[in-house]
Amino acid sequence: MTREIPIRDALKEAMSEEMRRDDRVFLVGEEVGAYNGAYKCSKGMLEEFGPKRVIDAPIAENGFAGIAVGAAMVGLRPIVEFMTFNFSLIAIDQILNTAAKAHLMSGGQLSCPMVFRGAGGAAYQLGAQHANSFEHFYAYTPGLKVIAPSTPYDMKGLLKSAIRDDNPVCFFESELTYSLKGPVPEEEYIIPIGKGDIKKEGSDVTLITWSKNVFLTLKVAEKLSELGISAEVLDLRTLRPLDTELIFNSVAKTHRCVIIQEQHSVASFGAYLSHLIQSSIFDELDAPIEVVSCLEVPMPYSRKLEEVILPSEERCIEAVRKVCG
Amino acid sequence: MDNELLFDLFRKMNRIRRFEEEAARLYTERKIGGFLHLYIGQESVAVGAISVLDLKKDYVMSAYRCHGHYIACGGRTDLGLAELLGKETGCAKGRGGSMHFFDVKNHYFGGWGIIGAHMPVAAGLAFAQKYRDSDGVTLCFLGDGAINIGPFHEAMSLAALWELPIVFIIENNYFAMGTPLEKTAPTEDLSIRALGYPMARDTVEDGNDVFSVRETIHSAVKRARESKMPTLVEVKTYRYRGHSMADPGTYRTKEEVEAAKAKDCIERLGKKLETLGLSEDRKKIVDEVEREIETALQFAESSNFPAPETALDFCLIEP
Repeated sequence: MTREIPIRDALKEAMSEEMRRDDRVFLVGEEVGAYNGAYKCSKGMLEEFGPKRVIDAPIAENGFAGIAVGAAMVGLRPIVEFMTFNFSLIAIDQILNTAAKAHLMSGGQLSCPMVFRGAGGAAYQLGAQHANSFEHFYAYTPGLKVIAPSTPYDMKGLLKSAIRDDNPVCFFESELTYSLKGPVPEEEYIIPIGKGDIKKEGSDVTLITWSKNVFLTLKVAEKLSELGISAEVLDLRTLRPLDTELIFNSVAKTHRCVIIQEQHSVASFGAYLSHLIQSSIFDELDAPIEVVSCLEVPMPYSRKLEEVILPSEERCIEAVRKVCG
Repeated sequence: MDNELLFDLFRKMNRIRRFEEEAARLYTERKIGGFLHLYIGQESVAVGAISVLDLKKDYVMSAYRCHGHYIACGGRTDLGLAELLGKETGCAKGRGGSMHFFDVKNHYFGGWGIIGAHMPVAAGLAFAQKYRDSDGVTLCFLGDGAINIGPFHEAMSLAALWELPIVFIIENNYFAMGTPLEKTAPTEDLSIRALGYPMARDTVEDGNDVFSVRETIHSAVKRARESKMPTLVEVKTYRYRGHSMADPGTYRTKEEVEAAKAKDCIERLGKKLETLGLSEDRKKIVDEVEREIETALQFAESSNFPAPETALDFCLIEP
């Protein structure tokens, strides 16, 4: 049986199912318990699992993330919720310098089986400090896995895999899509980490994206089809490890590629992808790759400015026209 | 007092001292790369504190001046020297280096290089002990240079709030690298920082007295084990060498260093053995440690470097 549920419920189901399955799994973060989560992703979990396993933390990201890292080193499987990944910067040392490196530095004696999850990206006028898209900070780091899915189905299946993974995993969500509904089976399923997904097949151009920009990109593909351009929409779902086979096969089919990301372009994940594709399958390309990014300025508050800075349908279509020209 | 305990304390302190002296020599021969922070002078702190633990269930974590804690937990000197030389046989398979010794089987969890950042992580070990209803306790060693950084406070705040079985031990050697304590802390009593959380606190005025260290840490460990009350302990000690091998330590006078050496913790315990009529045992232990270090050195020198094709190992765990 498949029903339509919002992403926040898909995430809650993933966490709750894994906590029922494995008593080493616990959830810690700000407002995750009595408040049911700042975005209600843990609604009812305190009631079901009690305060030992659904732990309200004070505002001390380095502290509670570090505690979770230590707990993981001795075999617990923590889920750390950052209210948003903007606040993960306070804890980034624990993620990049402790969790990601413990296995190597100890010559394989330690591991950190854990998940850092939370929202990222712009979400209608959050202002400069709350609208960052930081996937690439984490995707830059060997020793981490990085997941940024889009649909409720992918969110649930990948979060379950992340919780079962023996490595530290960063899992990116979006404030804007917690209420977005989609089909999710009632039966248990998991989605393997490291596999992308073709969200729409096409033959003229490959549009590569991830996270909530998948929905923008699907709209762009619809508009393109009205213009007679058949676009394939490739949802990476996982940034590290990357599904290079899916990417190369798609680009080898369409011979043209546009990458759409909610990051600034300098030193970004899209810039890396573009390099990877051109250096790996240069002969398959009929045009230089375009990357649609946020403009190079911290995000201002005003809606009109935010619209200009974020990737828009217009800028995406313009980029596609350029590579298909 | 139990003679076996005296011998064990004396052996471990000697083992650390001789290990560090060999490390210094190997560094000047350029066989050791990177940073080398020596523990010489502070041996009574690690050995005394760790000697009150039950390492079948208790955990230890420290910062980057870590060789002493590793050895005090039972870490092997041959694997330690091999690690310093970057060999595959090292205690972290040549991937850690001087600042990142590990011996997880003996419950020594490293060896961490970012000041203060290991404190929440150590609190996480204690969190797991409590989560599992074990009566295990975690000891977390730090330097006086760590007391002003955020994670120091976050770790104590959360440990007190969540009643974690942990003891934080400030090894106050009076210098954060080259900066004297009076320039970094507005108080001479460092454990006073525990008052705001709140948690227990204590001070070992004479850190060169291994028995004084044992007594205070024993009480703190008991408090953590039995009533889940964390403690911040300041142990006053002194490092004879510079911050690292790159540091000649010119910010201190010769007289100051010599005065500290006159109160040497190993010499002091050695004299105690003599007054107890155990001179022969003292000599025997010193000789045994000497031979152990010789053998360890041969092992380390003759071990292989990691093979180039293993350069990508230990990045991720794959099923």
